[in-house]
Amino acid sequence: MTESLFAVVTTRHAYVLFVLLSAIGLYMMIANEHLVKKIIGLNMFQTGVFLFFIASAYRVGGSAPIVEAGNGPYVSPLPHVIVLTAIVVGVSLTAVGLALSIRLYSEYGTLRADALREVIGDE
Amino acid sequence: MSDAVLPLLIALPLLAATLPLLAGLWFENAGWPVAMTTSLLVSALAGWLTWTVSPWGTTGSQRLVHDLAGYPAPYGIELVGDGLSAIFALLIAVVAVAVLVYGRTTGPQTDAFYSGYLLLTGGLLGMALTGDLFNLFVFLEIVGLVSYALIASNDDGQAAYGALKYLFLGTTGASLYLIGVGYAFVATGTLNMRDMAIELAAVGYTDPLVQAAFGFVLVGFMLKIAIFPLHTWQPDAYTHAPDTVTAYIAALVSTTAAYALIRIAYGVFTVQFFAANPLITDAVLLVASVSIVVGSLLALLQTDIKRVFAYSSVAQFGMILAAIALQSETALFGAVIHLVGHGLMKAALFTGAGVLNSAYGARTVADYAGLAKRAPITSGMMAITGLALVGIPPSVGTLGKWFIALGAVEKGSWGVAIVIFVSTLLTLTYIGRLLETLYFTPAANPDDPDIAGDATDATDAADAADDGSVVADGGIDRVATERVVVVAVLALSTVVLFAAADPLSALLDPVFGRFFA
Repeated sequence: MTESLFAVVTTRHAYVLFVLLSAIGLYMMIANEHLVKKIIGLNMFQTGVFLFFIASAYRVGGSAPIVEAGNGPYVSPLPHVIVLTAIVVGVSLTAVGLALSIRLYSEYGTLRADALREVIGDE
Repeated sequence: MSDAVLPLLIALPLLAATLPLLAGLWFENAGWPVAMTTSLLVSALAGWLTWTVSPWGTTGSQRLVHDLAGYPAPYGIELVGDGLSAIFALLIAVVAVAVLVYGRTTGPQTDAFYSGYLLLTGGLLGMALTGDLFNLFVFLEIVGLVSYALIASNDDGQAAYGALKYLFLGTTGASLYLIGVGYAFVATGTLNMRDMAIELAAVGYTDPLVQAAFGFVLVGFMLKIAIFPLHTWQPDAYTHAPDTVTAYIAALVSTTAAYALIRIAYGVFTVQFFAANPLITDAVLLVASVSIVVGSLLALLQTDIKRVFAYSSVAQFGMILAAIALQSETALFGAVIHLVGHGLMKAALFTGAGVLNSAYGARTVADYAGLAKRAPITSGMMAITGLALVGIPPSVGTLGKWFIALGAVEKGSWGVAIVIFVSTLLTLTYIGRLLETLYFTPAANPDDPDIAGDATDATDAADAADDGSVVADGGIDRVATERVVVVAVLALSTVVLFAAADPLSALLDPVFGRFFA
């Protein structure tokens, strides 16, 4: 049991990192009361997901997917394209989230979710 | 080349979304005409698409497929127009036009609002028409991003807070969906929906990777659809958004996400997946049943009228999730009807609530006391829609609930049938309370000592309306007539659609034939 766990951690460390990053990011988003830190947590969660995609594309001895005769095997290009698109989506989300935070700060003078809940009377 | 209609439907609103901001540099008030023209064009295209894929079209029942940029299906992204996606494309286009007419005088009238409105329409149509799992994620995020922006489009701090809350939960939902897609991609090596259905069958439905993929996709969509207990973003977002935005988002955003879940559950994972994983199926049924009951109870407890309707959506979407997990063709047919019907009903109720809010400042159930006398048309239309939501025949609400309950009985899931019955009674309770207040509670009047005591909040609003004197429905200067007309058309459509079971079933039969093959 411990041996197989050891093997998983050493050979599949990218996936372990994916789980850790996503879980820490998600926890930060839920537990931290500061809005900007919540957004950082959300970014971390998404970065973990990107890492998962990139790790899934890797193969031992693979080269960049520029097809030439006798140059294979290649790593899978599709997950890279997906992550590129997802990064763009993530950047836009961060921008919208920060814009809303600025709006809230100028209205209520605080960036803490607990203080905002108190002011707004949210249940 | 009839399949060119599919990319046009998505590209037209997305490209037109740049125009209101561009035109705003030179002209004033250019946003509304641009948005309206585009929405009408999109409606015509969606109507034509529905006609083409229907059995009455020139070529008979068919399935339109378009390979984007000419790359063939498993490698490129394909757009699919069949009976199911055409119904939702048409619903999106029609509601977009209706809400735009409604919002001409009331909505946020900035050019940015109209750009966002068109972006949202394009994103929703993309979700309805795509046949690729990752492409669906992109459109899901476009819809999400624009929703957050539109909810906060008036200068209300509470709306900004609601939008930010929606952003956190909505993005988490979309990311969970992306993890699910990633797992399924690792298991099969494809992202095309039809191709993945074949590959998943080869991998085996009890493979842990496939099960985990379904779990992540399901939870992601449950966040987006707002199923209890993942609904917490939804009431705040609906309550504080401008009335126009609430009507549009409540009618379409969760609806289209639920459509996408149907498409993935039956088109990709297929009914055999549910059959092979009874534990997952039972868990989904349980969560859905809890969502139905708790959503109805929470709706009963609310005083703010928009919150009542918001929690009511949690219950109705629970019903649709239950129908998905029932693996019955009858129940799935009911789910599609109920999705369309619920979209129209919520559009009618939220636009109606918007009219009463603009005219009388009525925001809570208590404010509605005696409003039926002052605003007979709007109140009557809200009453009709409310009864449709309960499921009183003849209405589209009856059809949806009837087929879902029938499917539950056919499958022997008596628990689900009972839950639907109980929720109907609860819906009757909160709609009944609303109708009683509208029609039988005398208007709060400071001269009347009997009621002035317990309705002091309402008197201010009533006074304000009295001073306006000629404020009736379509009142000359306070509520534009077209807003009332939109409420009436939407409300009557929920009644007329009672007769639409046969045409809808003719449209859906080829699709369900593939799902339940």
